[in-house]
Parts: sequence; structure tokens; C-alpha cells
Amino acid sequence: MLLEYAAIATMILVTALVAVIAVVLGSLFGPKRPHARKLLPYESGMTPIGPGTRRVPVRFYLIAVLFILFDIEIIFFLPWAIAFRELGWYGFWAMVVFNIPILIGFIYEWKKGGLEWE
Amino acid sequence: MSLELILFFVLAIIAIATALGMLLSRSAVYSALYLVVNFVSVAIFYLLLDAPFIALSQIAVYAGAIMVLFLFVIMLIGLETLGGELNWRQLVWPLAMGILLLVQGVFLVIQRVGRDVYIGQTGTQLSDPSLMARVLFTDYLLPFQVTAVLLLVAMIGAIVLSKREKSNQEA
Amino acid sequence: MTITDFSVILPVTLLTAWASILLLAELFLPRAQRPFLALLAALGLALTLGISLAQSAQEFAPGFGGMVVRDGFSNFLNVLFLLTGLFGVALSYRYNQRAQIERGEYYPLLLFSVAGMMLMGQAADLIVVFLALELLSFPLYILSAFAYPRPQSEEAGLKYFLLGAFASGFVVYGIALTFGASGSTDLARIVASVAAGSANLPLLTAGAGLLLVGFGFKVAAVPFHMWTPDVYQGAPTSVTAFMAAGAKTAGFAALLRVFGAAFPALAADLSPLMAILAAVTMLFGNLIAVAQTDMKRMLAYSSIAQAGYLLMAFAPFEIEAARTMAVAGALFYLLAYTLASFGSWGVVIALEKDLDRHLSIGDFAGLARRSPWLAAAMTVFMLSLTGLPPTLGLVGKIYLFRAVIEGGMVWLAVIGALTSVVSAFYYLRIVVNMFMREGEPAVEREWWLEFAIGAAAVVTVVVSLWPFPLFEWAEWAVMKLF
Repeated sequence: MLLEYAAIATMILVTALVAVIAVVLGSLFGPKRPHARKLLPYESGMTPIGPGTRRVPVRFYLIAVLFILFDIEIIFFLPWAIAFRELGWYGFWAMVVFNIPILIGFIYEWKKGGLEWE
Repeated sequence: MSLELILFFVLAIIAIATALGMLLSRSAVYSALYLVVNFVSVAIFYLLLDAPFIALSQIAVYAGAIMVLFLFVIMLIGLETLGGELNWRQLVWPLAMGILLLVQGVFLVIQRVGRDVYIGQTGTQLSDPSLMARVLFTDYLLPFQVTAVLLLVAMIGAIVLSKREKSNQEA
Repeated sequence: MTITDFSVILPVTLLTAWASILLLAELFLPRAQRPFLALLAALGLALTLGISLAQSAQEFAPGFGGMVVRDGFSNFLNVLFLLTGLFGVALSYRYNQRAQIERGEYYPLLLFSVAGMMLMGQAADLIVVFLALELLSFPLYILSAFAYPRPQSEEAGLKYFLLGAFASGFVVYGIALTFGASGSTDLARIVASVAAGSANLPLLTAGAGLLLVGFGFKVAAVPFHMWTPDVYQGAPTSVTAFMAAGAKTAGFAALLRVFGAAFPALAADLSPLMAILAAVTMLFGNLIAVAQTDMKRMLAYSSIAQAGYLLMAFAPFEIEAARTMAVAGALFYLLAYTLASFGSWGVVIALEKDLDRHLSIGDFAGLARRSPWLAAAMTVFMLSLTGLPPTLGLVGKIYLFRAVIEGGMVWLAVIGALTSVVSAFYYLRIVVNMFMREGEPAVEREWWLEFAIGAAAVVTVVVSLWPFPLFEWAEWAVMKLF
């Protein structure tokens, strides 16, 4: 049973390996000229002002929450899509009903300016 | 030992270690990263339990979306690192409770209380997402629809609490 | 999906749809038309109430393959929840304008919460119980923080959300263990598997214990009550009034349904635990309430104490005959509590002229001279919460105490009676303040508010004079439960 996932596991391993190799090769053969300034956080070439970790506005959070909500909606679409033919029109209408509240939520957040970056 | 058993123990160690790392790390971002690894190892547990759909949801929703939210919240609060050393005295009570729970669990296993625990129909039902879809759309149709309403309420909450009412220029 | 399925959840569906339409209506209504939304919300609740009453004559019917049911129990609670919603709207209408929290989302959220409560009353499957719990709690978390950026309101919302989410975790874990023990989340099938002896009883008890913790948070039973005073104090008063009555009733609906129907087999294990929980809650809630001077905190501790009296209904579960009476008594007491709670919070709203200043007990001084009717109504509510005649609270307590005594737990009834005497001290102190002390209380005159307070007071007194039909209804409601 587990062997079904062998291909995915191999791909993940190879990806990780390639990344590790790239880093290792770079550090082995690349030129090294350490300088204190190179270790500073990058701020478009300027000398950084203050700590690099500042508080960000709440709208990022709003976007993240809305993203999660629609993400959960999409997760429910997946099994439906797989069993689409078996479920037929019944499944279709069930999905439509499922989407009505979410559609209302979408209209609501659109009208309220939840999708705008003020 | 079968391959699955070996995999289970390796994952179990990773899952517990990352969970501890998340709790004990003094930097919120490190905690979040530990949590990602923890989520992924739990997702592989689901695969071992023959539930690929749940595994996929775990990765897409938890390791993906919820982690993004966590990072935003960390940046929002702006409290990335806790100052000072870990205060072990604070941990005494949680630790005592955790050990108590562990002893209870071990006790239950020794007593074999769990011998007739129902673990669902093994094999086919969970492993096949189309069968799961059929259950979702028949037996669990009502909970499925209620979930949509819950999502709507959560959406309202997110907007209400993060967006001020526009002052009088409204249509 | 059949016609029966649809008819079983018709009230919940209607209310949910109404709330959604209200949400959309708010988007397209101009700001000046906002008061109209309250009227629409009340109309939706009244319409649903009509349908629920029309359905009350119908027989027991399961829906969606046993996920939900419609029976006497759910009908009784549906009516109670819809009345809670109507009271909530009446109390909010002017208060929200005064507090400048008149955002259009208020009423849709209130309606969603009521829909969640109704679903809780109808749930016959632990999955639905959990979803209903979330559906009724989410809007309450949001509403508690509705008056942001007032720090107290934010604090209330955050505290309620964090502890509520924590409690939900207990509920989910309890459901998982119950499923592991019995192989089903369906209450009827859990009962069947216990009866057939195929269930794993230690695990089932553990699951039931976790569910008890989760619901204990919702109904604010000691020792899961810590959030109550801060949340009740910090949330907008109109929200607190709704929450104190609605969330508590819904929590007890879940407890009664799950523990009443699904776990009679565990009664020997759980009854002593429930009795201790009830005793501790009564003692703690009443004793701390005595020390309060802030009105909202006092009412919060009083609501904790009232949860203790309601928990007494779970103590005599071992005795078959006492069980029905106890649950019927609990339903009756829930109605009495809802009326008295809404009434007293309504009076608090009427007196809360300055919203940034906390209303203290001393602010009631001289209310009898300033507005005698309000003082009379408040007296009725205080008497009802204490359990003195002529009020519903007394009748409810008599029913509960009788069931407990018949269940063989005389000591619990004694504690109940003694703590009632303690509670008389702080409830009647307000009455004394209103009638005996001089003072100049500032009273808001609001028609809807006064109407709601008056209705609650009149029902509390009049029904208590002839309570038998109501108790028969409650008894009829629990007949099918066992």
C-alpha cells in the first residue's frame, strides 16, 4: 500500500537532495569575502533603520483569514469532483446549496471593501 | 519489523520532537516552523492510516493556509522573540499534568481497555475519496451544509472585527 | 432527502436564510434605514416562532438519517430560543444606537446564533451537536467584541473566544472517544451499543467526562466559569443579556440531550460527579456574588449560581422515576431563568446611561420613586432568581428540589436551599436599595425595552400562579427522551 506513494516520496527526496547539493557546492567552491555589511538585513542597499521585524497592518491578517475560509471551501470540492458522475444532479444541487452561504459571504465582503487594499 | 512500523516510529519521534520544539522555542517564528514539520508528519500518519484525502487536507489547510495565518499573526503582534531564558518553574504544572496523562495512557494500554475500540471500517472506505464523497453527500449532508453557514459567520467576523465602518460617505 | 427531512429542519433553515437575506439587505440599505433591520430581524424570529408552534402538534420525526430530530424536547427549546432572540432584539434596539455599535451585522449574527441554538436542541448526532455549538458560539464571540475599540469589549471577545475554542477542543476529543467506544456518533446508536454490551464503557465514560467539561464551559459551571465575569462585564450589555440566557440554555440543551438520552448507562459513574459539580457551582457562585458591588459582575456570578441549580437536574439520574421529573424541572427552570435573566439585564440597560461608567449596586438607590414600574419589575426578577413567591423561579426550584429528593440526594437539596438563602442576601439588597434608599438614578425611557421588561415580569408572576399546564408541557417534552 505504501509503495503507491513511493513515487511521491522519491520526488520529495530528490528535490531536497538537489537543494542540499546546490547549497553545499556553492559553499565549497564559491568565493568567500566576508564583510560585516553583508550580514545586515537587505533594505534596498540602504543601511537598515531599526529592527527588521516590525508590526504589520491588520489587513494582512484579513487576507489570510479569507484565504483560509475559501481554502476550506475548496477542500470540500475535491471529493465532490472525484465522485461527480456517481453523485449526478443530486450532488450538483447539494453543492449549489453549499455554495449559497459562501457566495453571500463573498458578496458581503466585496461590498464591505474586504477585498480592497486601502 | 515491517516498513510501516519503522516509518511510524521515525515519524512519531519527529512529531513529538517538533511539538516539544514548538512549545519550548523562544522565537515565535521557530515555533511556527516546528509546527509545519509537525503538521507534515501528522499528514504522513494519515497516509499510514490509509486516509489520503485527510492527509491532503492536512497539508493544504493546516500546513498551508493556517501556517500563513500564524505567521501573519506573529508579524501582526510584533512579538517575535520572548526575552530571557525559559522559566522552568512555569512549566512544573503543565509538565506534571502531561506526565499524569501519559501515565494514564500507559495504564490504559496495559489494562488493555482499548482492546475493543472501534476504529472505523478499515481499508476501503477512507482510502477512496469517491466513497467518502458519497458518505459526505448522503449521511452527512446536513453537517456539510451547516459547515457552509459556519464559514459565512467566520467571514462576517473577520470583516466586522478588522474593518471599521466607513464613516458617513456610504451609499 | 425527503419532505420529512425538510420539515424537521424547516425552522432552522428559515432562520438561517432570513439572517443571510438580512445581511444582504444591510449592504444595500442606506444608513438611515438601519433601524428597519431590527424590525426585520424580529419579524423573522416571529415567523419562525409561528412555524415552530404550528409544528409542535406533530409527532416525533427523525431527519437526515437520524442526524436531527423533531420531538417535544426540541419544540419546547425552539420556542424558548426564539423568545430569547426576540428579547435580544428588543433589548438591543435602542441600546446599540446609544452605544454607537449599530452596525448592520448585529442582527444577522444574532439570528445565526439563535439558529445554532435551535440546531442544538434538535441535534441527535454528536457531529451536529458540535457544529451547532460552533454555530451558536461564533456569533457570540464576534458580538462580545462588537464595541471595539473599547478595550473591555475587546478583552471580553478575546477571552470568550480563546476559552470557548479551548472548550470546543474538549468537546471534539470527547466525541472522538465516544466514537471509539461505541462505533457511532449517533446518540440512538450509542445507546443501542451500550444496551447490547458492545461498547467500551471506560472509554465511553472518559468521552462523556470530556463532553461534560466542554459543555461545562458553555453553561459556566464551576470550575469552568473563569471567563464569565469578565466577558459578561466587558461585552455590550445587550449582547450579555442575550448570551446569559441563550448560550446557557443551549449548553443545557446539549447536556440534557446527550447525558439524558445517551448515557443513562453511565449514570452510576456520572451522577455523583454531577451532584458535586452542582453543589460546588451553587456554593461558589452565590458566595462570590455576595461580595460584588458592580452590577454586571454580580449578575454574572448569579448566572453561574443559577447554572448550579440547573445542574442539580443531572444528579438523580440513577433513579428512573426521578429522571423524567428532573429533566422536566430543568426545562421549566430554564424558562423561568430566561425570563428573569433578560428582565434584570433589561433593567441594567435602562439604567446604564453613561456607558463608560460601570453600573454599581448603589446606582439602584431611589429607583422606586423615580420609576416605580421599573422597580416593581426588577423586584419580580430578583424574587424569581432567589426563588421566592409569587414567581416562576420558586415553582422551578420546587420541581428541581423535589426531583433531587426523590432521587435520594437530600444533601444536595439542602445545599440548594441554603445557597438560595445566601443568594437572597445579594438579590434583595438591590430591592432594598430601590425602595429604601434615596438617590437620583438616571433612567432611559425606551418603549421596546420597557415592553420586554414588562412582558417578562408579567409572565413570571402570572404563570407562577397556575404553572401546571407549563409543567405538563415540559413533562410531555421529555417523555420521548428516554
